[in-house]
Amino acid sequence: MKPAQAFGRSWLGAGFVFLYLPIVALVLYSFNDSPIPNVWRGFTLKWYVALASDQEMLSGFWISLKIAFFTACGSVVLGTMAAFTLVKYRRFRGRTLFAGMINAPLVMPEVVVGLSLLLMLVTVQRAFGYPEKGQLTIWFGHMLIGIAYATVVIQARLQDMNPQLEEAAMDLGAKPSQVFWLVTLPLIGQSLASAWLLTFTLSLDDVVLSAFLNGPGATTMPLVIFSRARLGLNPSVNAVATLIVFVVAIGVVVASYLIARSERRRQQEMAAAFRS
Amino acid sequence: MKNWLDRYWNGRSAVIGAPYLWLLVFFLLPFLILIKYSVSEMDAVRPKDLLHFKDGLLQLTIKLSNYVFITQDDLYFKTYLASLKYAAATTFFCLLIGYPFAYFMARARSTVQPALLMLVMLPFWTSFLLRVYAWKGLLSTNGWVADLIIGSGLDQVLAALGVITAPGKLMNTPFSLVLGMTYTYLPFMILPLYGNLSKMDLRLLEAAQDLGATPWTAFWTVTVPLSKAGIIAGSMLVFIPCVGEYVIPELLGGPETLMTGRVMWDELFSNNDWPLASTLAVVMILLIIVPLALFNKYQAESQERRK
Repeated sequence: MKPAQAFGRSWLGAGFVFLYLPIVALVLYSFNDSPIPNVWRGFTLKWYVALASDQEMLSGFWISLKIAFFTACGSVVLGTMAAFTLVKYRRFRGRTLFAGMINAPLVMPEVVVGLSLLLMLVTVQRAFGYPEKGQLTIWFGHMLIGIAYATVVIQARLQDMNPQLEEAAMDLGAKPSQVFWLVTLPLIGQSLASAWLLTFTLSLDDVVLSAFLNGPGATTMPLVIFSRARLGLNPSVNAVATLIVFVVAIGVVVASYLIARSERRRQQEMAAAFRS
Repeated sequence: MKNWLDRYWNGRSAVIGAPYLWLLVFFLLPFLILIKYSVSEMDAVRPKDLLHFKDGLLQLTIKLSNYVFITQDDLYFKTYLASLKYAAATTFFCLLIGYPFAYFMARARSTVQPALLMLVMLPFWTSFLLRVYAWKGLLSTNGWVADLIIGSGLDQVLAALGVITAPGKLMNTPFSLVLGMTYTYLPFMILPLYGNLSKMDLRLLEAAQDLGATPWTAFWTVTVPLSKAGIIAGSMLVFIPCVGEYVIPELLGGPETLMTGRVMWDELFSNNDWPLASTLAVVMILLIIVPLALFNKYQAESQERRK
């Protein structure tokens, strides 16, 4: 092995250690019997048992799951429309403003987005007496970030897509709606799935927007975790973390396997179609 | 009427209109309200209207004292400076670690590249909050990284550099803050750089070598300039969110690492000073508007090139 190659490999190795070390430590210490953090005293599952009766965490988990589900669905629908608009409709009034508004939430500090949404919420509430701060308002906040991310993912796929496929369908007499449902949608389906998963995880993970927009009965799981983590190290957080890590790892591996398989199948079909 | 409907109410305008309307209501409008709050006088709990009509006079009241206040108050000035400093340091370290990382990833065998990419993305999918929390454990007393740093005597060096307050204490210092932010934002640096470097035409390097350049010269005169767009995109993706970061300073930072996101939060939730919090937010936007414009420009250029 050449020295340059060895250097490259060790750099990659060290980088991956850096990226994964905290996760390994989290998982390992979730099985620590000692109530004092960082002091190993033996293997236990008691933090997991305690978690099963941890009402605050459990209800937070269901609330987060619900908000994340609706955020992901809403973001993919509006994100598909927005990506379509940006890729297909090159010219309409206010396009620059539209593109700017789509991209801004990606880089805007979350505290600013959260504060401005909170101020609007208060203003609307004073005028109409509705809506109360709660799960709905958190959903509004998550949707804003979700649409931005979903649009980026779907837009990239739409740009790579061969427009001749849609043109061919139109030449063969398909109506625009038929072209969309029968040709475009199956072609971008994979990116819709990744956008859904991405916005789902983003929503499930969000602390800042939820902290600005939450109300009674809307304490999401990250808010519970954050308030405990602020006070110090807490083994219950490690247990939750371990569960999340395993679910996510399995989910991502399965999802990417399925996506890769459908992609392969699609390419085989395309190849077969062009051969015959 | 029918004609008007036919012209404007079709599939196309619905596709454009729905996300457009959503963004106007939930992004632009709140932002305008934020600006309004920052220049409003408070009337017990609600801001006064900016426009008054009294005795036949239409009056526009804009209160700029908040803006004057934060430029004159030392604390806020220092906070902004600190935010920029920590964001810049984080960007520097992300680039230092991330560039070689992305480079070696892009030069790895093409069969292992998807797996490497997946390994970079995977931590990004697991909760960011929990990964930051994990550093709290690693850096506090008896934590793995703390033991390693203190055992090797590195804490003396860090203390001499002034990034930790005293040898042996790593948590709640500028060091732990920048480490946590570097860790969190590293994938945001690696991914655009990898995207850029993996598309590079390797024949250019061969040409440089044929013309007598050493690999080292070829790297600095060919590879680095060609990856400029990736460097800028990655740096902005790290720098901009770091300026307004709240969670990491709250969990890993200490009393001396005040950052503007945290100060704004305290003004809002502890002091209930909404106009001042709004002013701080508006100034934060002004600070990042230049890097933001830079990012958008390069983003647009790279999108143009793809077509």
